Amino acid sequence: MSALTAAAVLGGIAAVSGISLTLAARALPRDEESLTEQIDSLLPQTQCAQCGYPGCRPYAEAIATNEVGINRCPPGGSATIEALARLLNRPVIPLEAGMETPPDALAVIDESRCIGCARCLPACPVDAIVGAHQFMHTVVSDLCTGCELCIEPCPVDCIEMIPTEGDA
Amino acid sequence: MSSAPTANLFRLPGGLRLPGHKRVSATGALSAVAVPKTLTVSLRQHAGTAAQPIVEPGDRVLHGQRIANAEGGFSAHLHAPSSGVVRSIEQRPVPGRASLSVPCIIIDTDGEDARIDDGQAIPNPFALGSRELLDAIGAAGIVGLGGAAFPTLAKLNQASEAGIDTLILNGVECEPFISCDDALMRNRAGEILYGARILMHALGLRQCFVGIESDKPEAWQAFNDAAAVDNNDKLTLVQIPTIYPSGGEDQLVYLLTGREVPSGGFPSDIGALVHNVGTAASVATLALSGMPLTSRIVTVTGDGVAAPGNFEVRFGTPISDLIEAAGGYTERANHLIMGGPMTGIPIEDDAMPVVQKCNCVLVTSRTITENASTEPERPCIRCGECARICPVRLQPQQMHRAFTIGDRDDLPRLGLRDCIECGCCDLVCPSHIPLTQTFRDAKAHQQLQNYERERASRARERYETRQQRDQHRETTEAERLADLKQKASRDAISEILARKKQKEPEQ
Repeated sequence: MSALTAAAVLGGIAAVSGISLTLAARALPRDEESLTEQIDSLLPQTQCAQCGYPGCRPYAEAIATNEVGINRCPPGGSATIEALARLLNRPVIPLEAGMETPPDALAVIDESRCIGCARCLPACPVDAIVGAHQFMHTVVSDLCTGCELCIEPCPVDCIEMIPTEGDA
Repeated sequence: MSSAPTANLFRLPGGLRLPGHKRVSATGALSAVAVPKTLTVSLRQHAGTAAQPIVEPGDRVLHGQRIANAEGGFSAHLHAPSSGVVRSIEQRPVPGRASLSVPCIIIDTDGEDARIDDGQAIPNPFALGSRELLDAIGAAGIVGLGGAAFPTLAKLNQASEAGIDTLILNGVECEPFISCDDALMRNRAGEILYGARILMHALGLRQCFVGIESDKPEAWQAFNDAAAVDNNDKLTLVQIPTIYPSGGEDQLVYLLTGREVPSGGFPSDIGALVHNVGTAASVATLALSGMPLTSRIVTVTGDGVAAPGNFEVRFGTPISDLIEAAGGYTERANHLIMGGPMTGIPIEDDAMPVVQKCNCVLVTSRTITENASTEPERPCIRCGECARICPVRLQPQQMHRAFTIGDRDDLPRLGLRDCIECGCCDLVCPSHIPLTQTFRDAKAHQQLQNYERERASRARERYETRQQRDQHRETTEAERLADLKQKASRDAISEILARKKQKEPEQ
């Protein structure tokens, strides 16, 4: 008899808390702010905009609202996709067709050819290029993320991507 | 002076009793290797940032003259190991884990070995203040001679900031085959104790332990004799049982004081400062003769050399000269290792120079003498032997699993960074799993990951700052335009016209 009572009481407590927790999880809004943070922390922060969003943070927001797939980050590659899949409990999928993970590289300005036009300065998402009008520009290699966004605006093609060595 | 019996010691968790193989080289004799024709002084032989050369090709240098300056707070000055002319500063391969070429200063020696004057000597170190003594030790480019070549000034600064009470001199030298500290202690115990006095004075310490392993009776005797002369009542000589790895820095602190170094911390966090006996001897040499650190004692041993022994060698001497001093290679010579059989690293070429962390050159017929597992690796059978002998009380089998097939993010929780890479787990593993190598790889992997994370967070910060700036520019621009528009409104114009009319009649 006492065993039955115990089982009934414990079972009751389990049932009540189970139901209330499920209801709470459904009724309360998902914490999107912190989810975006978590996704953003898994992205490589290259800020290259290849995903179609202007930076890593906007892409993270889009993923958080389920607007876009997790496979649109070429610099992150399969490692980032796996990490995102684990966080969001989604299946691991290959990188979007047509996208390719570029080798690790840094932008380097050939200073003898730079004409000081300053067009690459606003293109850099992390302000890693120093210089001014009529003065030579240079890339601060410690800050460069290798996003390649400065290549296109250069009118004299003096910026080149130099692959980094394997060791950090 | 008092000598504590071994019974007062705390017990090291784990560890192994290993065959010492020390008698091979530990004869007590200490001979000097001749100054070679060319010295190759690596600018990156100490832990921390590479030193910056201050000499140019063609410059004449004297033995003990500064040739490179420390770069930043975690680095060390370098001094010419003999007199001669700087030939060049160029990349040369040096012994090390990554077998990379590093910038070296190449000196053609002139055979005179003319030294700097003894102006740097400190006739009465006990009259000097703490800062002056520490600076003198830093200026002499002294680094830890236990095997890590940690800049001594950085360690002393850290200790004096943290506030410590105990100096521990490490004369344990627990790794098989190595006997360079033994040779030093037998020959220069008095100097070591003098160095200890200076270090204690520099940091205002009231307690000093000298740990000497029980398999070195001659060194123990030499210290007892020297201590009788030194007559320092703050000094305690302690015999440490011969269990590998009792000579690990954190292990020795625990054995002597019962205090445990926190994970990722330093002995200074728990009030202790550990120096190798060789480091104390370097401090004494500086005080007595004004000579900075330009040489060290190296054990040359193993069945691959004809006459094993201990040798005083200038930094930058080719390892081949050292082998020659030890009677040359025997037929059995097959592998060349810097360090001991447990933690040593292979040397590719005996033309490489002796560096500060080179305590032993081991020439053997087998790969890594103790750890030689010619047997193929088999799956882990979860016997738990590795966890039982781990001196840091880690779970090597779980760490191995996490790195190879499991969750690498779990490694920090399992205490990967606390692994001292002593190699005990390799030795006891019945499945011959190369555990220590796995942990080294795992540490490198973690380091790379941390580096990438750091870069990413910096990029994120800069990107966000830039976004904010653009936003700010946009809003201020909009405000300015709105303001202008308001000013240019009809009312404003008529007001201006009215004012103009008022002025006109006066003219």
